[in-house]
Amino acid sequence: MSDSTDIAVARMRLRAPVIAVVVTLVMIALGIALGGKVIAHQVVSGLLLGSIYMTVAVAFTLTIGVLNFLNFTIPTLFMLTGMAAWGLLSGGYLTLAGRGAWLVALAVGVVAAVAASLLVERFTFRYLKMKHGDATEHAIPLVSSLGFLIIFENLVLIAMGSDSQRFAVPFRADLHVAGIVVGVPQLVSCAMAVAVVAALSFVLKRTKIGRALRTIAENPDTASLLGVDVGRVVPVVFILTGLLSGVAGALFTVNYGDVSPFMGDNVGTKAIAAMVLGGVGSIWGAIAGGLVVGLAETLSIQFFGGDSVAMTVWGLVLVIIVLRPKGLFGVAAIGKGKM
Amino acid sequence: MSGYLAGVLAIFCINLIFAYGIFVTAAAGQINLGGAGFQAIGAYAAGWLAGQAGLPIAASIMTAALITALVGLLISFPALRTRGVYMVLATFAFGEVVAGFLLHTDVFGGAMGMVVPLHVDLWVLVLAATFVTLLMFFLMATRLGLAMRAINDDEDASVVMGVNVRAVQVAAFTIGGALTGLSGALYALNFGFVEAQYFNALLSIYVLLYVLIGGTQTAWGPLAGTVFFTMLPELFRVGGSARYLIFGIVIVLMMALRPEGIVTRALISRLSPRRLFATGGARGN
Repeated sequence: MSDSTDIAVARMRLRAPVIAVVVTLVMIALGIALGGKVIAHQVVSGLLLGSIYMTVAVAFTLTIGVLNFLNFTIPTLFMLTGMAAWGLLSGGYLTLAGRGAWLVALAVGVVAAVAASLLVERFTFRYLKMKHGDATEHAIPLVSSLGFLIIFENLVLIAMGSDSQRFAVPFRADLHVAGIVVGVPQLVSCAMAVAVVAALSFVLKRTKIGRALRTIAENPDTASLLGVDVGRVVPVVFILTGLLSGVAGALFTVNYGDVSPFMGDNVGTKAIAAMVLGGVGSIWGAIAGGLVVGLAETLSIQFFGGDSVAMTVWGLVLVIIVLRPKGLFGVAAIGKGKM
Repeated sequence: MSGYLAGVLAIFCINLIFAYGIFVTAAAGQINLGGAGFQAIGAYAAGWLAGQAGLPIAASIMTAALITALVGLLISFPALRTRGVYMVLATFAFGEVVAGFLLHTDVFGGAMGMVVPLHVDLWVLVLAATFVTLLMFFLMATRLGLAMRAINDDEDASVVMGVNVRAVQVAAFTIGGALTGLSGALYALNFGFVEAQYFNALLSIYVLLYVLIGGTQTAWGPLAGTVFFTMLPELFRVGGSARYLIFGIVIVLMMALRPEGIVTRALISRLSPRRLFATGGARGN
């Protein structure tokens, strides 16, 4: 078990979610008690941003945990969802769908992200593994995914231009809870992000495919010997990656109302920061890290101004890497192998 | 020489030195995705020393390279605690912190950038790039270079064979820091202006790709990679997004067809004159 990863063991102890919920509530309460409504509002929007980072961070952590592969296409999958949805809407392809057109557009966007992710799987993993044995031995998949990052981003640039575009969502409602304004889309988004991640945890822990994924995470060769069809299970990781990034992209689009070919860059790097903070390979780590980064971002804008975000977040990451390389919740074995 | 060609050549020289800085660590099996951070430190140090502190050009370039060598040395200790994916992430984080710091520091002009009043001519860049290239070929032929190759091929085996892995890796990071800093200093003094936004994550990614696509086995690799990616697009006059699209496709294809890079040891031994003129040898392979 020395090689075991968090995904492999999938110790989804009851403790972790309880701690997460309690910490969140305590932070909101502290925010309201100490800083009044302004801070409380920042905490709420930090948690929303955090839930998007969290979803993307889970996508990152899943590919590293199972395949030991840092998938740099995730930010572009995120962006593809938003841009594809905007392209469909503005092109007038969805007039039949009527008022629900934006929802259909986002759904198609998510499907596009999954399809793109499968394309990446074809060229980074399956093909290379066939040709060169164990692809994880080399930096090959990493470099290939950087290539795909460049390809997708520039394809979108050529097709749709570099401008930031408005994605109008026809509903807007606010709830007033204890004097704080909370947007309904924000709440729905948080709930959806949590639901997607919870569903993933369930799949990993309880289903047959989840068990296969955990086996591969522990040792691909042994998994293959024990009858896991590695070639058929690996695409599942990429489907899940596309799904998670796509859903996060759709939620981002709905909440912030803007799409651009570069919308994934910032979210992607922040999600990487979140994953490292929480511990690479740990789903609960990615969740905690996502929320921490989201909060750190809105609060450091509040206290130190807009330029300070990168310093705060990455400084935190660098300190964590130096002092506790496995992250807050991580398991030491992950990412140790030769690239 | 036209101004356009001079500009292309200047960027090529700077990128080549930069690529060798990343190559040194990659040749010893360490992937540095924080190159832009090192280059930014070199650029800002040289710019500040030559501008505000009033040092002569040569002294400010040397000092800048020394500073980044020191940064490389210092960063190697925490960085070498990490491996594989974690090292990529740690160096990436380093680059982001440096860029964020420079963007936020008013002494260096913050988001406005910094004007560098002194100027170095193109011939200095060409001379420096030539010198660095020759130095790297020499380095790869020394015992240190051999040790780096050994670590890259099999770390455990090199420990068994008596290679001081830790010392070699620290040395690689220090040399790499000096070279990336040198490229940054030359950038600042040739272009006369530095801004933190230039030294972004994408720059780190691109220069790492030059090195990995060129090949990390021999000193020919970064040369091949940099020529391939900075000179060819200029020659064919492909501009804008299409250029990067082709760049991306080439990367994916290269990884599929020639994952060890353009130039490998096998290729060099096949092309070497001894092999070609050896009796019967050329036919044999």
